[in-house]
Amino acid sequence: MADAGAGSLHGGDAALPCPPEEQELSQRLRRLYPAVNQEETPLPRSWSPKDKYNYIGLSQGNLRVHYKGHGKNHKDAASVRATHPIPAACGIYYFEVKIVSKGRDGYMGIGLSAQGVNMNRLPGWDKHSYGYHGDDGHSFCSSGTGQPYGPTFTTGDVIGCCVNLINNTCFYTKNGHSLGIAFTDLPSNLYPTVGLQTPGEIVDANFGQQPFVFDIEDYMREWRAKIQSTIKRFPIGDRLGEWQAMLQNMVSSYLVHHGYCSTATAFARVTDTTIQEEQTSIKNRQRIQKLVLAGRVGEAIEATQQLYPGLLEHNPNLLFMLKCRQFVEMVNGTDSEVRCFSARSPRSQDSYPGSPSLSPRHGSSNSHVHSTGADSPTCSNGVMSTKSKQSHSKYPTLSSSSSSSSSSSPSSVNYSESNSTDSTKSQQHSSTSNQETSRCKPVPVLLLWPRLGGSSPEEYYDALVSNAELSHGTDAVRAQHDSLHRSSAVEPLLLPQPADDCSKQLARPLVGEAAAPVNTGDSEMEMEAEHYPNGVLENSSTRIMNGTYKHEEILQTDESSMEDSCPQRQLCGGNHAATERMIQFGRELQMLSEQLCREYGKNTVHKKMLQDAFSLLAYSDPWNCPVGQQLDPIQREPVCAALNSAILESQNLPKQPPLMLALGQASECLRLMARVGLGSCSFARVDDYLH
Amino acid sequence: MACVLEAPLRMSVLSEVTASSRHYVDRLFDLDPQKVLQGVMLLYLLQQETSSTELRTECAVVLGSLAMGTENNVKSLLDCHIIPALLQGLLLPDLKFIEACLRCLRTIFISPVTPEELLYTDATVISHLMALLSRSRYTQEYICQIFSHCCKGPDHQTILFNHGAVQNIAHLLVSTSYKVRMQALKCFSVLAFENPQVSMTLVNVSVDGELLPQIFVKMLQRDKPIEMQLTSAKCLTSMCRAGAIRTDDSCIVLKTLPCLVRMCSKERLLEERVEGAETLAYLIETDVELQRIASITDHLIVMLADYFKYPSSVSAITDIKRLDHDLKHAHELRQAAFKLYASLGANDEDIRKKIIETENMMDRIVNGLSESSIKVRLAAVRCLHSLSRSVQQLRTSFQDHAVWKPLMKVLQNAPNEILVVASSTLCNLLLEFSPSKEPILESGAIELLCSLTQSENLALRVNGIWALMNMAFQAEQKIKSDILRGLSTEQLFQLLSDSDVNVLMKTLGLLRNLLSTRPHIDHIMSTHGKQIMQAVTLILEGEHNIEVKEQTLCILANIADGTTAKELIMTNDDILQKIKYYMSHSNAKLQLAAMFCISNLIWNEEEGSQERQDKLRDMGIVDILHKLSQSSDPNLCDKAKTALQQYLA
Repeated sequence: MADAGAGSLHGGDAALPCPPEEQELSQRLRRLYPAVNQEETPLPRSWSPKDKYNYIGLSQGNLRVHYKGHGKNHKDAASVRATHPIPAACGIYYFEVKIVSKGRDGYMGIGLSAQGVNMNRLPGWDKHSYGYHGDDGHSFCSSGTGQPYGPTFTTGDVIGCCVNLINNTCFYTKNGHSLGIAFTDLPSNLYPTVGLQTPGEIVDANFGQQPFVFDIEDYMREWRAKIQSTIKRFPIGDRLGEWQAMLQNMVSSYLVHHGYCSTATAFARVTDTTIQEEQTSIKNRQRIQKLVLAGRVGEAIEATQQLYPGLLEHNPNLLFMLKCRQFVEMVNGTDSEVRCFSARSPRSQDSYPGSPSLSPRHGSSNSHVHSTGADSPTCSNGVMSTKSKQSHSKYPTLSSSSSSSSSSSPSSVNYSESNSTDSTKSQQHSSTSNQETSRCKPVPVLLLWPRLGGSSPEEYYDALVSNAELSHGTDAVRAQHDSLHRSSAVEPLLLPQPADDCSKQLARPLVGEAAAPVNTGDSEMEMEAEHYPNGVLENSSTRIMNGTYKHEEILQTDESSMEDSCPQRQLCGGNHAATERMIQFGRELQMLSEQLCREYGKNTVHKKMLQDAFSLLAYSDPWNCPVGQQLDPIQREPVCAALNSAILESQNLPKQPPLMLALGQASECLRLMARVGLGSCSFARVDDYLH
Repeated sequence: MACVLEAPLRMSVLSEVTASSRHYVDRLFDLDPQKVLQGVMLLYLLQQETSSTELRTECAVVLGSLAMGTENNVKSLLDCHIIPALLQGLLLPDLKFIEACLRCLRTIFISPVTPEELLYTDATVISHLMALLSRSRYTQEYICQIFSHCCKGPDHQTILFNHGAVQNIAHLLVSTSYKVRMQALKCFSVLAFENPQVSMTLVNVSVDGELLPQIFVKMLQRDKPIEMQLTSAKCLTSMCRAGAIRTDDSCIVLKTLPCLVRMCSKERLLEERVEGAETLAYLIETDVELQRIASITDHLIVMLADYFKYPSSVSAITDIKRLDHDLKHAHELRQAAFKLYASLGANDEDIRKKIIETENMMDRIVNGLSESSIKVRLAAVRCLHSLSRSVQQLRTSFQDHAVWKPLMKVLQNAPNEILVVASSTLCNLLLEFSPSKEPILESGAIELLCSLTQSENLALRVNGIWALMNMAFQAEQKIKSDILRGLSTEQLFQLLSDSDVNVLMKTLGLLRNLLSTRPHIDHIMSTHGKQIMQAVTLILEGEHNIEVKEQTLCILANIADGTTAKELIMTNDDILQKIKYYMSHSNAKLQLAAMFCISNLIWNEEEGSQERQDKLRDMGIVDILHKLSQSSDPNLCDKAKTALQQYLA
């Protein structure tokens, strides 16, 4: 799966059915220039039949160039450019030309030119044109007169041209020997160019079709090392303390953002830093996120309304998104509104004593016309604190209908008290553990920050661990530590099979522990160590942009654990009553959509969301249908992230963790560098610093 | 005893302090004898078997720290016989103690004041060190470092090689520790340097299924530390020069050579540039193809011109520290550049032209010839010598820059190694077509060259007589007389009886050149005829190779060409008999040379030819000529027929 994801970056060529030699070319180009986004900036692969002078003939897949003019004097010179300019993101670009025949006089020029430069000339004679000529071995830098540069070249020689887009220089090679710098201060967007002038001259280009004679990869290695050492040696000087504090802050804020409360606390203790957000607030967010990620969106919405009254009301788009997700989860059979009908989750039934009694009420409320629609399904647990009732006063119909049996659920009371009742927690854990524990994906952030730390990350980490062992958070940190190790073992295995195994192995003991009624920070931490709703970074940094990120590896593990628990997937868990409830909910959702449309105007995004969700019902097996991807638990994550960000924003906290912001900025910076022609971006990739 | 118990604590404190503060270390070895005693005490404690291992380890650590101080510290420690004491310590089983001893030994051996011979005084030491190589990465690092610093010259190489250094160290090249890899690599670079035996062995050694050359090539990769690239290039260079790797092998042509050229670039440190250029000069010295490749790689010839720009004018003004650094390396840089230019231009005329066309090249060589540093002078002369092989350059640039002037100056009172190359260069400058010939003669070259022929040094004798030979070629009468006078007949005879065939050949060549054109022949034979005839007889009678005898017969032929000189042969029956003998010799070259003599003697138009013809006929020469006219060898046949025609006329 991950492979396919990476491939989509170069979708342009991957999509075409290619002959083997074309595939080999694509492979070599990808290996040589991994930073190039070939969709945006395609690489030169052949000479352009459109961008050449008449006297030039092309053959052999537009790689062979021959002269077909009179060749009387320099006015008969003719050139051809490659199909595309050299992308700056190559960093170092290289092509070779073999002299098949020097023809009559061997007046051949090999070089570079910008688009639009006269083709009735040899490369190098005009502005923005650069060439190395075979007859005299001179280099021509936008001038009719050459400078002594290198040896002459003739039939049988292989001439290479290397463009260094980091320092904007160019050197040539002859039969694998570097001839030294020919040009400096080159402009960007130059095309590989050759020019011929007398009859019989024939040259073949190699844009990567064949292995190069010159060891260009060794040259690239040198520059990669240079740039990476520049980064490594970036002076921080006397700001060292500041630097460290900033890094610690980044890690801490990341942990806090995702609600890894205990980890964050342990980290803060060890590093002697403070956490801005209150513990209870973090825990609340953590709880809500867990609900979303477990597919219990209805409960999540409710909890949000209780804990952050007004939030969803002020974010109708978010609410709509949540409800759409809730509908999907109902189809999935995971939302508690349908789950309570299902016989196969006794634990959740136990822990939601109020639920069964509620559903009939909902059933009876079918006749209700929820004109506002917005909140009605969230009362699935039937519980609303007075607070939330007040906040819902905008929607009178809804609140009256939902408040009827509000006191029946102990969990809601806990929510409003906002913390620390054992039963709630364990209940949550048990019900979510199926999903959560399957995520063996580790925290990337801990792997990330020591790298950023620069000076001695390992020592620092060791110190962190050993300190932690003395303190209360021992297990917490150790869990992190363990997960780090696991991660290092698991991560390279992008294949689904091993990842599955791993997830199963991890899942079992953790389920047991989480289900245990003991509700200490430790057990919660264990959960956290395994459960990172948003913490997983896509392998390819190019996808990480300003803090949005997806993860696909998880998908494998999730599916497997899903299959573990329910080998046969059925609509709404196969329960008829649940299906009815789902359909009812769908109607409400439809109405909500209509209402939003009236209030805020048409919203194509909403329409699409709703359509997609409803489409699920059109198939007998929604899991294996064109829109079945929605049912994938991984799709909960953007929803979860959006909700989390909205909550944080409402608390006047940053909606993105600074770490992800930095990461996104770094990636975007590299992309911008490529766009404005700064070649060093190719050797300073974010990937190199992520594990 | 209380003192001993307390000691470890104080020692560890001391070792920490000493390692971090050189001033403190230096003070320890003050002139104050009390303080020198500390070292002695430490050594005493180190050697006490009753001391605990911990204490002895601390002692070794502190001694190691002391050795890090000034050279005086090391000297004092050497005076206390620290080396045997530490070597003794290596016999103990405790690894920590051994490591401390090795670390200290390492520090002492890498000091320039320590004679490396101290390592080789006891044969068992080397084998014990080899055995310790397996103990830990620290023993590996220190021992390799000791070896690479103490391996100077072929004797040391052989000792280490015979103790299995290659096998013992090879696997360290793939150690996980960079320091170990690097020190092992350095070991190989000194072991293989100019040592065919080691080089030939290395090429077949493999580690983890990979041959050493492959491992070295990997270490040449451009993202490896410069030190590693340079050192592995040195290893491969030695192996190539020893013939273990072909000069057209891609690992030399596409890896080693380009790597060494990169080491010459401006981006490298001055030390690296010096080493890079010297190694490259050695690599390409004898292979014209490598010279051609190097000459086009990365503008090497232009790049080298930069070696002469130190200290730069900028550094002199702005930065005293840098000026000091530049000055220190300026000589080294210049001599390395000259060496590399010499190698580059050794064979290819086009490359020589490119070198000479480099900015101010001839001026730089001329300046180099008069530098105070012997190394620079020597390298400059070598460079000049290499370029002097070009006929075109002799006629143009060499003349324009009057290189002969500084060259003649170098030849005065220079050490032999310079004299050898300089006189060799002079030989080229004295070639007949060289316009420098005249002014060189005028500046007293004859005297100088004659004195060279008396040198103990064989190469100098050869070059001296060779230069005289070149000088005498088609020279005017006066010069020839000057040469004969300057050389003196005794010296001439001395040279003719020289044990070296090269000297003999060039002396005969000189005689031949002196005895050319009739007036000169007659003049010289009138003054030195007797001696020359004696010498000729002597050589023809002696045990000499064909070339020598041929050359001698040619001299006789020249004498026979004289007007009055002819008589010296005609009156010498002994010689005539010898000529006759060589006419029938089995070697055609000698026959031909003898025939030249006869031909000259019986030539018709000359006065008294009839008598000479008669005398020779009486000797039976005509019969031989008849026989030779039937020879299958066309040269002999022609010559014999021409000679017989003289009789017919």
